Amino acid sequence: MLSVKQRSRQLVSFTVIGAMLALVLGCTPSNPQSTFDALGPIAEMQLFVFNVIFWIGAVVFVLVEGALVYIIVKFRRRLGDGDPVQTHGNTRMEIAWTIAPVIILIIAAVPTIQGIFLMANSPLTPAQGGLELDAIGHQWWFEFRYPNPNDPNQQIVFANELHMPVGEPVNINLRSVDVIHSFWIPKMGGKVDMVPNNDNGMWLQANSQGEFYGQCAEFCGVSHANMRFKVIVESRDSFNAWLQAQAVPAPDPIDALALQGKELFRSAGCTGCHATNSVMNLAEGGRRLPGRVGPNLSHVASRLYLAGLLPNKDEGSLTVNDALLQQNLKTWLSDPDDVKPGNIMTRDAKVYSDPDSKLEEREIDALVAYLLTLN
Amino acid sequence: MWAFLGSDCMFFGSLIATYLVYKNRSLSGPLPVDVFSIPTTSVSTFVLLMSSMSMVLAYAALRRNRMKTFRIWLASTALMGMTFLAFQVFEFHAFANHEVVVDCTAPIGELTALEQSVAADCEPGQHEIEKQVGLTPRTNLFGSTFFTLTGFHGAHVTLGVVWLLSMFFLSFKKGAVTPEKELNLDLAALYWHFVDIVWIIIFTVVYLFGVFPGF
Amino acid sequence: MTTVPFAIPRPTHPTGVWSWITTIDHKKIGVLYGVTAFVLFIIGGLEALLMRIQLAGPNQDIVSPEVFNQLFTMHGTTMIFLAVMPLSAAFFNFVIPLQIGARDVAFPRLNAFSYWTFLGGAILLNSSWFLGGATNAGWFGYAPLTSTAQNPGNGIDFWIISLQVLGVASLAAAFNFIVTIVNMRAPGMSFMRMPLFTWMTFITAILLVLAFPVITVALIELYFDRTFGMNFFNVATGGDPVLWQHLFWVFGHPEVYILILPAMGIVSEILPTFAKKPLFGYSTVVLAGAIIAFMGWMVWSHHMFTVGLGPIPTAVFTLTTMAIAVPTGIKIFNWMATIWGGSMEYKAPLLFALGFIALFTIGGISGIMHAMASSDAQQQDTYFIVAHIHYVLFGGAIVAVVGGIYYWFPKITGRMYNEAIGKLNFWVMFVGMNLVFFPMHFLGLDGMPRRIYTYDANMGWSLWNGVSTLGALVLGLSFLIFIYNIVTSWRNGEAADGDPWDGRTLEWSMSSPPPEYNFAEIPTVYDRDAWWAEKRGQVHHGVPVGGGSGEEEHSIHMPQPSYWPIVVSIGLVIAGFGLVYHGTYFAVAAFGVLIGMIGVYAWSFEPVNDPE
Repeated sequence: MLSVKQRSRQLVSFTVIGAMLALVLGCTPSNPQSTFDALGPIAEMQLFVFNVIFWIGAVVFVLVEGALVYIIVKFRRRLGDGDPVQTHGNTRMEIAWTIAPVIILIIAAVPTIQGIFLMANSPLTPAQGGLELDAIGHQWWFEFRYPNPNDPNQQIVFANELHMPVGEPVNINLRSVDVIHSFWIPKMGGKVDMVPNNDNGMWLQANSQGEFYGQCAEFCGVSHANMRFKVIVESRDSFNAWLQAQAVPAPDPIDALALQGKELFRSAGCTGCHATNSVMNLAEGGRRLPGRVGPNLSHVASRLYLAGLLPNKDEGSLTVNDALLQQNLKTWLSDPDDVKPGNIMTRDAKVYSDPDSKLEEREIDALVAYLLTLN
Repeated sequence: MWAFLGSDCMFFGSLIATYLVYKNRSLSGPLPVDVFSIPTTSVSTFVLLMSSMSMVLAYAALRRNRMKTFRIWLASTALMGMTFLAFQVFEFHAFANHEVVVDCTAPIGELTALEQSVAADCEPGQHEIEKQVGLTPRTNLFGSTFFTLTGFHGAHVTLGVVWLLSMFFLSFKKGAVTPEKELNLDLAALYWHFVDIVWIIIFTVVYLFGVFPGF
Repeated sequence: MTTVPFAIPRPTHPTGVWSWITTIDHKKIGVLYGVTAFVLFIIGGLEALLMRIQLAGPNQDIVSPEVFNQLFTMHGTTMIFLAVMPLSAAFFNFVIPLQIGARDVAFPRLNAFSYWTFLGGAILLNSSWFLGGATNAGWFGYAPLTSTAQNPGNGIDFWIISLQVLGVASLAAAFNFIVTIVNMRAPGMSFMRMPLFTWMTFITAILLVLAFPVITVALIELYFDRTFGMNFFNVATGGDPVLWQHLFWVFGHPEVYILILPAMGIVSEILPTFAKKPLFGYSTVVLAGAIIAFMGWMVWSHHMFTVGLGPIPTAVFTLTTMAIAVPTGIKIFNWMATIWGGSMEYKAPLLFALGFIALFTIGGISGIMHAMASSDAQQQDTYFIVAHIHYVLFGGAIVAVVGGIYYWFPKITGRMYNEAIGKLNFWVMFVGMNLVFFPMHFLGLDGMPRRIYTYDANMGWSLWNGVSTLGALVLGLSFLIFIYNIVTSWRNGEAADGDPWDGRTLEWSMSSPPPEYNFAEIPTVYDRDAWWAEKRGQVHHGVPVGGGSGEEEHSIHMPQPSYWPIVVSIGLVIAGFGLVYHGTYFAVAAFGVLIGMIGVYAWSFEPVNDPE
């Protein structure tokens, strides 16, 4: 028989090994949406709170399941067993196992509630000069709007890629134009829903540069699974440069095919939903306007992914590969429903819904040539 | 029966909660202030309250085995219930065909929001404008919540009236309604009082709070 | 009463199909409930299996996104409303009157009506698969995804109406069981002498009665929006989608306890029987159940931590939710204390009950993790939640229910199941269950959202999804084993005597299967484990203490079968179809209501027994 001390030591090592094994085996921080690779204060806090309760849980788990196994082995029926002693209860023990969980829970509640208030209070609000941007959920893409650095009455509109300066709190207003979506960048922090008629907000901060994954987390219809976006975290200087570049419209095309495409973009009805001017005026009184129908395409050729899904770049790189972009644009325009099932363009745009107005091969080529110039 | 009433409490509780959540959140008129007529509804509320009293009297009469008195009180309870329903039908009709007459020359500050929206259509030089702005369940959030809440209450009253009337007619059959079977009437009475109490809450929350400012 | 309207003779079918259709015997209705719910459970399981196959690897194209959305919506709705709830109802029906020493439930015809209405609702809901597509907005049906603009088809209408029909069935059953338990206990059975399963049924029924009206209102509002163009959840006219969430979860969280409390009741019966010890801390366990039920009303917003309620409400709901762990923990500890010092024989029912404790503990621990709103923001709407709910609803409710089926199988059928296959069944299910659902914890923490029909290969989710799908196949196999065991044993299993487990409660005091009238003579109860005390000669002869008011009758009057309950249910279902298609089909609805009215009328004038 082992002594009590040995036994408890065994139990501790058991717990630690088991829990470590579960974590190491099960969860891979290098995965693009892993919550174990916390890159900002909110995600770090959430990981900390999770770890607190995870270790408490691991201990409880080993104790309870261990005791269960022990009881199962020890109190099996043996030959010649009579009726066991008919105990009905033991108030003192019952009080003990009521109070013990209460104490554990109070301990766990402290960091939790601190965390709730951390999430609710941005360290650098827009009033204090913090960066503020709008994220708007659409079926099934994200729209992002930044304040125009050159004109406080204007916003710059972008889609499916969120650019953030590194090491700064960013205040994000969350809205939706149709159904409920949820805004989530796992490596930076937990999600907050985008609910129509409810203005929500959150703040996030990224402490390292690079490309990160985000995804809609609230079921929002057919292509919920394809409602993804990317986050580009860069130095403040490159962020400023990027924003300035977005504020200026792309130059007019010179190439004949592209010009043809530009004309077609208008005549085929694309402009009905897609703007090619990235600058948007705030309404009277500085009110933010409701979303437009489709993604703003002013600088579509500068995006690293098309429709938030198809990579326009080589793996690991952060610059657009024009050949890939061209191929992706063609894939998308030929059959958008194949890339993003159920998308609203296929449903509502005449060139897709009406077989007589279907785009021909050369028309698609012209459109692709035009869109490639929007960088 | 108590379990059923508990259940029904949750039912009306949810409807009233919905109404309260959406109170003052309609994006367009007409609003409670525009359509409610407190005197009219007070009368119908009074009628319903009185019906509760006559229900008590009917119950007392049955226990003393005075069948004739019992029938009179029971019938009058049902009758008052029907009166209440008639008021409600009248009210729904009036709301749906609500008309406003606005004095175009009145200063904007004296007009309600609805009147202002109507006055916006005043032609230059026009003195008075008349416009039909009915309130239906489709009009706005107030319409949807109001008609659903009071409509379901009306349905409960209707059911109560049917119940009371069937007891009334059954009482002519020998041995169907007797003091020994007072439990049957007791249940009906319980239901009736419950529906009555719900109305008092609705009247307070919807009508009074809706019209008098400060709530 | 001599006038029987509609000169239709009373049904007198001792056997055959008609005897089942017109039955008002609680035992037969219990069997009907059980078999029907199990078939629906298999349908829900196949839906899940299809989803698992679709997700087995990245970028698969086995079902379309639209079908996938219908699958998970129907899987959730089916499992909750058509499988777990009616499986519990099957036990309520079969076991409760036997446990409390009654000859039937309080309102036998209402009981039949509940069953037929449940079946009608199930048919209504599942018929939508063939009538233009099933509902696809999730079992929670968040507005405004359920609006006509977003969802012009009638799948949502089928969902609304069938949930209403099922609500009627559940409410009728709940009223019935409340009245039965309050009024029909055998003399001497005070509340604190009731078997634990009866207690949990009682609490569940009260929860049902209070929770269902809320979802009824929410569904009525949604129906009015869709059918009459009202504005409850219309964003354009100021409607608030969050209101739907509040209404839904005010119902939805008590609903969770409606699903799990009966399972806890079953476990609380099995453990003492096989350990040959009374339940440890009976009053504490009862009280814990009641506290769980009560607190279930104060935690609904933990389903909405990411909606943006503000830090104060979020913190409050965090605390109330964490507090629920305390009574739940008490139950687990008391169960373990029950078997401590026992003499346990590992028959299949006991294995399932022990499996319940093991798995439910895991679900409980992950539940605490979600209660903590700050870290829950990472877990909300991910596979971590999927793992959690399946540990409590599968590892908890279903495992307990399967254990309950094995436990009462001899009583229900009069035959023994095959013990070896039963044990095999447990182990395959236990392994399969953990294989399906444990990896989902990893997936959730690695950022995989719920309700996605596909994912990319570079997300790192492929391995565990593959494992999970493999587990789903194992789990499917375990149910094939179960079906085999039940079917063959029912046909030609060994005959069972009245008390095969040396049981403790009154249902074991009669022959298996029980006679139609249950008790030749209504027993008098002197102790908590009434039958055990009687067998062991511990009967305290004296005046039975308070409570219990079942009448002492010597001549047995059983209520006669009736046609009318099923007629009313059929009317209700026809009315349901009319409401789904609305517009001119309201005529159909009116016709259905008419049939129902005739049924109700005939029913209320039909005497319980024909004059002799």
